[in-house]
Amino acid sequence: MSTDPAAGMSERGWPLWEVFVRAKRGLSHVHAGSLHAPDAQLALQNARDLYTRRQEGVSLWVVRASDITASSPDERDSFFDPAADKVYRHPTFYEVPEDVEYL
Amino acid sequence: MNTPGRSRQGLDGELAAAYLLGLADDALVYAQRLGEWVSRSPQVEEDMALGNVALDLIGQARRLYTRAGELDGTGRCEDDYAMLRDEREFRNVHLVEQPRGDFGREMVRMLWFATYQHELYTRLAASTDQTLAGIAAKAVKEAAYHVTHAATWVVRLGDGTTESHERAQLALWWVAPYVGELFTDDEISIAAADSGLGTLPSALLAPVRARIGAVLGEATLEPPAAPTWSSSGGRRGVHSEAMGYLLAELQHVARSHPGATW
Repeated sequence: MSTDPAAGMSERGWPLWEVFVRAKRGLSHVHAGSLHAPDAQLALQNARDLYTRRQEGVSLWVVRASDITASSPDERDSFFDPAADKVYRHPTFYEVPEDVEYL
Repeated sequence: MNTPGRSRQGLDGELAAAYLLGLADDALVYAQRLGEWVSRSPQVEEDMALGNVALDLIGQARRLYTRAGELDGTGRCEDDYAMLRDEREFRNVHLVEQPRGDFGREMVRMLWFATYQHELYTRLAASTDQTLAGIAAKAVKEAAYHVTHAATWVVRLGDGTTESHERAQLALWWVAPYVGELFTDDEISIAAADSGLGTLPSALLAPVRARIGAVLGEATLEPPAAPTWSSSGGRRGVHSEAMGYLLAELQHVARSHPGATW
């Protein structure tokens, strides 16, 4: 991972940013897509114009794509497969009492 | 009060409508110019940003035209004003009809126009005409964002590379002769201000200039000296050469297919 400010520059010269939108209070920010912008402030403004023009959100995060550390497809087997046979991690073996809503 | 044809203190309905047409025509014509940027901006993200600004302005124009049609007693709808009037009936200033230049010039023009609109709508939100006050209260939020976007770019261009700085400085010189018209009082705006419907354009100049001065300081740009000439006549329907071509493009479809719907 480079900390060079030019890291992640596209060939047109503007780096790529990932956009996260929170649809309403109480929900989490969800990844909505990406865009190009020369700096963080303009990334935020571009995100507003591209991803919230139909009232999709009340809050926005932008993160420089080059600052995200992602899991690699090569590691998928060792990262994710071991969870596959551990059904006891799901809360499916409890009796749900009657009259308990929203569980 | 919303009695058709009469605002509260008895301003003549036609005068009130003429005042609104000045505001609406500024918005519509500038929206047409900004729309030309779609597909021509530095990046597709900026195409969207300028397209969004243009749509905000068209929304303002539509509501203002509709109210003008109630006030002047003709019952004309938004399309009648936008598509079926001739050049001499448009009351927009020359600033908004000028052809598109480079991106720096557009951001400087937008900074002036949006800051003017923001100060204007802030005052019109207290208009004695409840409909206009409502239109302004919505538009003031839109204008605030337009100011932010234009100022963000002017700072980056001015304080950017040698070339972007030079172009932004040239843009300030270019725009200077056109901005005075926004702040010139005429008998219609004076009557509108006296009645409580409108606000006096000349009173907006000092606050607008102060806000733009602050942006230019941050952008390391020099405010231009007083221009040697000033555009005039737009509010009387006397326009520059570019206006006829703009209207031809804007109105062509509506005039070729009268009453068409889709």
